[in-house]
Amino acid sequence: MSLFDNAFGIHEHALPLRNKRMQMISENIANADTPHFKAKDLDFAKVLDAQRSAPMQSTHVSHFRIGALPNADGVFYRTPFNASADGNTVELTVEQARYGKSAGDYQATLSFLENRVSGIRKALRGE
Amino acid sequence: MIENIFGIAGTALNAQLVRMNATASNLANAGTVAGTEQEAFRAKRLVFKALVDKESTNAGAPYIGGVKVDKIVDDPTPTRKMYMPGNPLADADGYVFGSNVSEVTEMVDMMAAARAYQNNVEVVNTARELMMRTLEVIKA
Repeated sequence: MSLFDNAFGIHEHALPLRNKRMQMISENIANADTPHFKAKDLDFAKVLDAQRSAPMQSTHVSHFRIGALPNADGVFYRTPFNASADGNTVELTVEQARYGKSAGDYQATLSFLENRVSGIRKALRGE
Repeated sequence: MIENIFGIAGTALNAQLVRMNATASNLANAGTVAGTEQEAFRAKRLVFKALVDKESTNAGAPYIGGVKVDKIVDDPTPTRKMYMPGNPLADADGYVFGSNVSEVTEMVDMMAAARAYQNNVEVVNTARELMMRTLEVIKA
């Protein structure tokens, strides 16, 4: 079924990642008042690249395994604009903005998926 | 996947609601007096804690990344000592001990809790809308 193998292209990989990023930002917002909590974020482009490109193979004993490097999953700690006294690095306004943007990104990916679905449906109907 | 967002925001709603409860209790007890300094009412303050692993959540419920109320501590500011010899609770020298609740602090804390609550409600709303749209992809 070559029609469906790559029917959704990059977007079927992108949607779970968009979702993961929204989840991480919602964790930040939930912990906006937790002492010593460090805000986290997901490097979307990096994770998507890592998922799509073939991973480098270690063919020699002295090669490093790239996957074992720290922060290979793209999760990184946010650097706050202003430090707070209780060690919390969540800045609520920044998080709100990022949450709004990632919700928009999610909708964009959804729109692309919808277009693909309707295109396939049209092709199947032969209209 | 997206249900996790509901779980995480839900823990935050819960925690902020407990915080508003504590504020209401503090405000209600702002005017209480006691006969000794130990018995005097002290404002309750909440300490939040992030849920980082399965042990801290309810047996692996999808709340990792959420927040919980870790402990409730007494505000360390000193209580007010007032000279009221007519008060039946007054000690031998005629003093009663009022609470250390500052109404201004409590109002500010209540507004902060309400804002944080609203933030998490918005998180839930956005996640719900996206979930509904995701379900509609199949109809496209």
